[in-house]
Amino acid sequence: MTGFRLSGHAGPREIVAFATGAIFGSGLLVSGMIDTRKVQGWLDFFGDWDPTLAFVLGGAVLPMVFVWRIAERRRVSVLGTPIPSRTPPKLDRALVIGSLMFGVGWGLAGLCPGPALASFAIGGWGGALFFLAMVSGMVMAPTVAGWLSSRTTS
Amino acid sequence: MIPQDWIWGTVGGLMIGAAAGLYLLVNGRILGASGILGGLVDGTGRDSMVERLAFLFGTLAVPPLLVPLYDKVDTRITSNPVVIIAAGLLVGIGTRLANGCTSGHGVCGISRLAPRGIAATALYLFAGAVSVLLFRQILGVI
Repeated sequence: MTGFRLSGHAGPREIVAFATGAIFGSGLLVSGMIDTRKVQGWLDFFGDWDPTLAFVLGGAVLPMVFVWRIAERRRVSVLGTPIPSRTPPKLDRALVIGSLMFGVGWGLAGLCPGPALASFAIGGWGGALFFLAMVSGMVMAPTVAGWLSSRTTS
Repeated sequence: MIPQDWIWGTVGGLMIGAAAGLYLLVNGRILGASGILGGLVDGTGRDSMVERLAFLFGTLAVPPLLVPLYDKVDTRITSNPVVIIAAGLLVGIGTRLANGCTSGHGVCGISRLAPRGIAATALYLFAGAVSVLLFRQILGVI
């Protein structure tokens, strides 16, 4: 039943989303960023440092600099959705603690969410276990966020 | 690292940037892997469920088709399940608390000069470097 409902919704927006995922995931594979040891090599400033990730990040940021200029001028996307507005430059506790936690996990396994998805089919049991743990963490996140905000107010 | 790694790193990076650009200009969405997945996991992205699923399906299903072009594709992930579970939990909780990961805060945030994106990226790079220093160089567990 769900399948029918889903197929009924597949329009241009979903086709573009699929193409986006396909190019994104392929880019991660081509760049070598699904190789956890290469990612850990980039973070290993005191060992055998591997600068590849800087080229990947630079290559990804470059076209996006121009895309943001166009997007902010247009204000509305081709399919009519407003371009996301700028979030206020507020460095809250959740951003700081969350980013630090993410960084520790990223260094431990050499995987962040994008490559974890792109390498899911080829990552063996280790990749599947990481994915399961990551999704569990995402389920737990609102509870952890609740603890953080209750501490701030008390 | 061999120089070829820089070239393929740049090519792959340009593809990631092109994907993020397509998603922003056509769909009006930020390409953030943790946000797209996380919104499905915790139900906050219910209005855009099919769009999110379509993105995830492309990301999951298409890269394996490129594998035959390579001699060998290996994620070389650690075989220590405790490390994997701890890392996965930290990445899952952390990216949702911070509201973004390497793609959302890193690629999309830095290119917009978004203060939160730049701060998040500086923090997770710092924490990642400390993590590798501690667990690889000092404790030797990874």
